[in-house]
Amino acid sequence: MNPAFSVIVFSTATGVGYGLLALLGILTPFGLLPHDRIFGFVALAVALASITAGLLSSLFHLGRPERAWRALSQWRSSWLSREGVAAVATYVPAGAFGILWVFFGRVSMIAGVVSAIGAVMTVCCTAMIYRSLKPVPRWHNAWVLPVYLLAALMSGVLWLAAILHFFGSLPSISGLAAAAIAALCVAKIGYWRSIDTASATSTAASALGLGPVGAVRLFEAPHTSQNYLLREMGFELARKHAAKLRRIALVGGFGFPFLLSGIAVATSGWPAMAAAWLAALLGTTGIFIERWLFFAEARHVVTLYYGKSAA
Amino acid sequence: MTSLPPSSSSSKRLGLVIDLDICVGCHACAVNCKEWNSAGAAGPLTDFAPYDAEPDGVWFNRVHTYEVGEGSEGRTVHFPRSCLHCAEPACVTVCPTGASFKRAEDGIVLVDENLCIGCKLCSWACPYGAREFDHDAGIMKKCTLCIDRIYNESFAVEDRIPACVATCPASARHFGDLGDPDSDVSRLVAERGGYDLMPEMAYGPTNKYLPPRPRQKSAGCTGAPAELVHAGTAKDGLLGWLDRLLSR
Repeated sequence: MNPAFSVIVFSTATGVGYGLLALLGILTPFGLLPHDRIFGFVALAVALASITAGLLSSLFHLGRPERAWRALSQWRSSWLSREGVAAVATYVPAGAFGILWVFFGRVSMIAGVVSAIGAVMTVCCTAMIYRSLKPVPRWHNAWVLPVYLLAALMSGVLWLAAILHFFGSLPSISGLAAAAIAALCVAKIGYWRSIDTASATSTAASALGLGPVGAVRLFEAPHTSQNYLLREMGFELARKHAAKLRRIALVGGFGFPFLLSGIAVATSGWPAMAAAWLAALLGTTGIFIERWLFFAEARHVVTLYYGKSAA
Repeated sequence: MTSLPPSSSSSKRLGLVIDLDICVGCHACAVNCKEWNSAGAAGPLTDFAPYDAEPDGVWFNRVHTYEVGEGSEGRTVHFPRSCLHCAEPACVTVCPTGASFKRAEDGIVLVDENLCIGCKLCSWACPYGAREFDHDAGIMKKCTLCIDRIYNESFAVEDRIPACVATCPASARHFGDLGDPDSDVSRLVAERGGYDLMPEMAYGPTNKYLPPRPRQKSAGCTGAPAELVHAGTAKDGLLGWLDRLLSR
C-alpha cells in the first residue's frame, strides 16, 4: 500500500496528542501529576495542537477536503466516520478539562476521564479502519489494534516526561515511558512475526478462479502504463529495505528511547531533561518509521490480478 | 445510507456473467465502457496525458490476459475485470459520507459524486480493484452497470443493456437478474458452473465468471486427432530408398 505522507503524519501526530491527553486526563485528577496551571496549559496545548495538526494533515489526503464534514454522518457502518465523530467529540471534554484547569485552577475528574475515554476510542477507531480491511491481509490482523494503542501510549508518555522536566522532574513518568516502549516493542515484534509467517489469504488461483485449469501467469497487463490501482495498491517495498527499516525502528525508535528513559530516571537536572527530550524525539521518529512500514509492507489482494501469486 | 439495504428489500440482483471460454481479449468492452461513461452520468472519465508516453486515466473495465497451465495443456485466458456489485460490499460500508451506496431495488453499487470526499478508503476495501480515483474531480468513480442505459426508456428495449455487453463481438458478456433463479443468466451460471472471484473474502459478488471449457482432444465430427502424430520413418520402397540416400 502506498505510504501517503499525509496519512502517516496524521496517525503519528494524533497518536502523540491522544496519548498525552489520555494520560493527563487520568493521572492529573488522581494527583499523580502536578496541578500547576502553567503545566496544564503547556501539556494540554501540546496535546491538542498535535491532535489538530494531525487531523488537518489527514485533510490533505482527501480529493475534496472542503466536504470533509460529511465524513461525520456514517458512524453506523464506517470506522472512518466513527473516528471523525470521536475526534470531534473529544474536543468537548478536553476543552472543558483545559479551561477548568488553566483558568479556574480546578482539575475536573469527570472531564479528565471522559477526555481520556474519547482519546482511547479515537485511537481504536483509527486502528479499526485498517484492522477491518480484509483485502489487505497484513492489516486484517489482531495485532493492529494493540499496536496503535500502545504506540499512542508510548509517544504520549514520552512527551509527558519531556514536558514535565520544566515543572520539576517526575522520574516515575520516564519509568512508565520505558515500560510503554517495551510493551510496544513486544506488540510490534508480534505483529511482524505474525505477518511474516501468515499463510496467504488469497492467491492468483482464487482471484481468477482458474486454479482447476492450472497455474496462472500474467501474460499481458490491461494497460501499458501506471494507473491509480498500481500507484495506490501496488506499492512494493524491497524485502531487504523492509528488514533494514525494521531494525532502524527497533534500535533507533524503541531501543534508544528505552535507554534514554532509563537515563532520565537515574539522573537529574539537565542530563535527565536532555535524555527525556531526545527519547521523545527519537521515539516519535521510530513510530513514524513503523507507521510508514505498516503501509509499505502491506499488500492489497488486487495485486493478484497484476501478476502477484499470493497476498 | 452506507449501511447495506436489508436483504429482504428486493430479490433483484442485476449483474454480469462473463464467459472466459469465449472472451477473445479484444478490449472492446473496456473501450466502449470508457466511451459511454465519458459522456454519460458518470462522465467525464478523466484522462491524464492521454497522448504522452505515460498515459493515465480512469477506466471501469480492465482486460487482463493470463497463461494458464503448462505445456500442451497450457492456454491463454482473457479476463475482463470490473465491479462485481457484491451482496456484501465493504466499499459501501466503509464510506464515511454516504456517497457509496447499494441500491435496494436492484443491488447496483453506486457513488454519489456530490457526497464523495475522495478519501479513497472504498478503493482499499474492494478486493477486485473496481474503483478508480479521478484526480481531476477529486472523487472516486466506478462502474454503474450503465444505469443510464439499462433504465433508459428512450432506448429500444434490446439496447437497454450495459455498453460492455452491447459491444462484445463474441457475446462473452451477459447481463441480467442473478437474483432470479429462472433468468437466462442464472441458468447459464448453473449450466456452466459459474463461480465467484475470491470467495474467501465473503463479499458475495453478483457477477459470475464462466470457466474455460475443457480442452478438446479430437477435431470434432471429422474423427481426426486434435494433434498431428509423427508418421514415423519409411523403411522400404521409394521413400525408404530416398531416406537412405538423403541420410547418407
